[in-house]
Amino acid sequence: MNTVLQYVKPYTKRIALGLSIKTIGTLMDLFIPWILSHIIDNVIPTGNIPMVIIWGGGMIICSILAIVGNISANRMAASVARDTTKRLRHDLFVKISFLSNTEVDKFTIPTLISRMTTDSYAIHHLVGMLQRIGVRAPILLLGGIGITLFLDATLTLAMIAILPLAALLIILISRIGVKLYRKIQIAVDDMVRVVRENATGIRVIKALSKSEHERGRFQSVNEDLTKKEKNAALIMSTINPAMSFLMNAGFVVVIVLGAYRVNEGTSEIGKIIAFMTYFTIILNALMSITRIFTMTSKATASADRIKEVLDAQNERDITVAEEDASNIEEDTSMNIPHIEFRNVSFRYDNSKFLINNVSFSLPHKATLGIIGATGSGKTTLAQLLMRFYDIKSGEILINGKDIRYMTLYDLRSKFGVVFQNDTLFKSTVEENLSLGRDIDLIQIKEAAQHAQAAGFIEEAGGFDAEVAIKGMNFSGGQKQRMLLSRALAGKPEIIILDDASSALDYKTDAKLRAALNTNYKDSTKMIITQRISSVMHADQIMVIDEGKIIGLGKHEDLIKDCQLYQEISASQLGGGEDASS
Amino acid sequence: MPPRNINPNDKKLTKIEKKQVFSRLMRYLWQYKFLLLLALVMTLAANLLSLAGPFLSGKAISAIENGFGNVDFDTVFQYAGLMIGFFAVSAILSYLLTIVMVNISRNITYKMRKDVFDKITKLPVGFFDTNQTGDILSRISYDIDVINTSLSNDVVHILAGITTVVGSLIMMLVISPVMSLVFAVTVPLSIVVTRKMTKKTRPLFRKRSAKIGELNGFTEEMISGQKTLKAYLREHYTIQKYDDNNNETVEATYNAEYHGSIIGPTVNFINNLSLSLISVFGALMYLTGGITIANISSFVLYSRKFAGPINETANIIAELQSALSAAERVFRLLDEDEEVADNENAIELKQPLGDVEIKDVSFSYVKDIPVIQNLSLTAPKGSLVAIVGPTGAGKTTLINLLMRFYDADSGSITLDGFRVDNITRKDLRLAYSMVLQDTWLFHGTVYENVTYGRQNATMDEVISACKAANIHNYIENLPDGYETMINDDGTNISKGQKQLLTIARAMLMNTSLLILDEATSNVDTRTELNIQQAMRTLMSDKTCFIIAHRLSTIQNADHILVVNNGRIIEQGNHKELLKLKGFYSEMFYSQFS
Repeated sequence: MNTVLQYVKPYTKRIALGLSIKTIGTLMDLFIPWILSHIIDNVIPTGNIPMVIIWGGGMIICSILAIVGNISANRMAASVARDTTKRLRHDLFVKISFLSNTEVDKFTIPTLISRMTTDSYAIHHLVGMLQRIGVRAPILLLGGIGITLFLDATLTLAMIAILPLAALLIILISRIGVKLYRKIQIAVDDMVRVVRENATGIRVIKALSKSEHERGRFQSVNEDLTKKEKNAALIMSTINPAMSFLMNAGFVVVIVLGAYRVNEGTSEIGKIIAFMTYFTIILNALMSITRIFTMTSKATASADRIKEVLDAQNERDITVAEEDASNIEEDTSMNIPHIEFRNVSFRYDNSKFLINNVSFSLPHKATLGIIGATGSGKTTLAQLLMRFYDIKSGEILINGKDIRYMTLYDLRSKFGVVFQNDTLFKSTVEENLSLGRDIDLIQIKEAAQHAQAAGFIEEAGGFDAEVAIKGMNFSGGQKQRMLLSRALAGKPEIIILDDASSALDYKTDAKLRAALNTNYKDSTKMIITQRISSVMHADQIMVIDEGKIIGLGKHEDLIKDCQLYQEISASQLGGGEDASS
Repeated sequence: MPPRNINPNDKKLTKIEKKQVFSRLMRYLWQYKFLLLLALVMTLAANLLSLAGPFLSGKAISAIENGFGNVDFDTVFQYAGLMIGFFAVSAILSYLLTIVMVNISRNITYKMRKDVFDKITKLPVGFFDTNQTGDILSRISYDIDVINTSLSNDVVHILAGITTVVGSLIMMLVISPVMSLVFAVTVPLSIVVTRKMTKKTRPLFRKRSAKIGELNGFTEEMISGQKTLKAYLREHYTIQKYDDNNNETVEATYNAEYHGSIIGPTVNFINNLSLSLISVFGALMYLTGGITIANISSFVLYSRKFAGPINETANIIAELQSALSAAERVFRLLDEDEEVADNENAIELKQPLGDVEIKDVSFSYVKDIPVIQNLSLTAPKGSLVAIVGPTGAGKTTLINLLMRFYDADSGSITLDGFRVDNITRKDLRLAYSMVLQDTWLFHGTVYENVTYGRQNATMDEVISACKAANIHNYIENLPDGYETMINDDGTNISKGQKQLLTIARAMLMNTSLLILDEATSNVDTRTELNIQQAMRTLMSDKTCFIIAHRLSTIQNADHILVVNNGRIIEQGNHKELLKLKGFYSEMFYSQFS
């Protein structure tokens, strides 16, 4: 909850002002009945018409003050809620944007989505509501107690004696409430997950006619969520009747006590009657306060979830201790390798080593082909180079400088990359290719030309053409060529293509390779692939198996020395030799 | 793709539609009419009990009234005891009322979520190509939540309010019909003002819900594509875009909330005004001898009771409006066109043989941009048809048509001699097993993912399928073997491994038709070679449709279709096509150049 307070803090002045105005409005609302009873009890019997009209006018003025006060206070409340939510969501999004991949994997995507959405609404709701209903209740409660104290202190103290018990009850139930609402949010995550999976896997689900099964899967998450919601609602709503019973019991005590006091002559019957009126007001105020607590415990559960994200580890940038090392300049001279891995090993927490003591160096402008079995660690190598994960031991150097001592900005701005599971966004073609980078349309068009994408983009309606969600209005091969255009645009220092042409036919692939060689000869390239033909002309080919390098050299060398390479080669080129003979 | 978006902000609802939203919401409530009736009875009882409190305390107080030294303690204690009893009953009653209302509102929420999800499973594939996942999520979580909040709180308020309003009105008419005339002015005034204001705020609330949906759509998309954004250092750029979205959303929310919150104080103002009028009016009547002070006093009491629920209702109008806009979004999703229902006479094809014939089929996603034109081909039982061609040539579209994800614009596709639109979709789709380029795994164990197509498979069958797909060893090495959980989006395994898992999934299903759409594009060729034997077994006796770029994988196909721009430009077997020295042979040799 402190997190939320922190976000509300900057608006303390506005809140204070709003609450003061609201207080005036509320007081006016309370004044009106008072004037009314004054007119009826004291003015009307005198028959003084002008006085009646004056007091009536007073009521109208109070009414006007009330409406003006309440409306402007509500407006301020809404604006505080707006600004708080805006900043909270902004910070949350910023945080998630910079969250390290390890953390993202830990949180999982559905829960990040629901924290950004449903949890942030819960807080918005609370901030708005608190300001709107949080004034009247305390005023009435304090005012009511004040007046009753004035009437008969002893009786009031008897009634107040109930309050600690009531407070205990509220605290106890809101504690439980936070836990219950937390469980609900976890169940919401599960629901989000199932719905999301159904949206993304609709083809498979339909193909396998599993709609029925999926409905069953949803039913169980829906039932679970509903059960938890019911459970929370039922437990949380015990508080209302319990509170009102407690207070009413206190009231009975007051009457009995009052009877004794009247009997002793220390109090009067009139006071006890007046007590009754104020008692109702106090009771209602207390019920409102209870409601605020219930809402708060719901928002607290959400706030805790948001705080978990805000407190999570960012991607590691340079740390202070490393600042000295970070002063080392990159050496871009040709005699220093552009990319160098020294004894690099890596594993995720509690998994086996995915990369095992890998060393290689790649000169400037060279092309490295990486080939190896499915799951051998090819993609991981690229991810380590871009520092999506930090290596467990060894060093990765670019231009002779350890990438851990570079800012992420300096590091990543060197790359143009296509991932295996890369995404297109719902937007225009141009926007998808530039991603808002500082690259002009001419360069983008050029890149599209090189990536063999210009033709179909033209047919689709040019660079302003719409791209649907995940690029669904383009074929697999077209999507890949757009991703390639994105990577090539701006002629990056290092190009990484991870299985970026798997959906391209060989002819297009060959054209792409030719374009890469002529137009991007100044870039250092890492090409991860299954196809020998994509890498056989590379300056270096790395054959990787179970995270270890088992062959490194040119095609001619590997075809002689490396058994795995021979096998791969035979499986792909074998048929060709038959056909060409 | 057909531009079918469920989220047009500018689409104005006609009056009829507006009423429909309300009446459809009521229909959900109506299912619980007996529980609602019970709730109403309990509310009345609770109201009556709340009157008993003051009555009893009055009795107790009159026993004290005698004053100093004469208090009748027996009576005081008797009534005090009774009061405790009544309060206990009233507390229990109000808790019971809560139970009833919680059950009603939660069951409705459950039903709505179920309806929305059922709908999702019945929507055509194209829907998901045009609507953001996040927006769909927003409907099933946020929007339904808003409706529920309103149902569980507001319904009770309104129920209780109506009884109070009617009761007080009667009492006031009895006391002084003339003074009640004040309400003949102020009540209609309140109604007119409220209606006017709600009319103005309605679009604001609608905009708010839509904006929230958009924001959620954006959020989902960006979080899902995070790695790419990081690689291109697009964090700040994305944050900028998010902020724009977020600002619009909070602004829309603010507008709706602020304007919505004007209604309450305004109606309250009108009520206060009527109180002022009553007091002046009452004073004049008293002077002319038309009314007694006591009656003015009770009239005022009742008029305050009368005004209470009206004020309260005005205060929750904002909530009601959000609920209506949310309901509108939910209903709009529920109204989306489903996949066309199976033909009434659609036959059930339980044991398909696998004779497929495509005749003169044309198809386009968007009108006038044909993707497939006059395509014809015959694939007899057990044959192997390969489809090759440049990317974007419509190969995947053909699969969409075979499985009826989309319906052909003209021409016919038959299976075992039956037109595919005369076969139930379920049986048609179950006739195929399919491995797609875009693999899909869900959050569940490896075992659950592999058996997804055939849940009654034995462990032995699963293991042999996985062995055949060359993924068994990998699975065995996972921390929990077959019980290892696969992450969301399967981020903890590589794409090639995902493909192998989906191949194992297909191997478990014993269908007579098989579709492989770039099934091994991310699998290394050596592994591919290792699984080739198993793939052959998988394909034997089956009618197979294979889309592949690696021409090596399809050389032994019975029939190769070379597709370009939606037309078959060449067809025949490998040797025949090479002899043609056309498109195919050019493609074939290009892989060695």
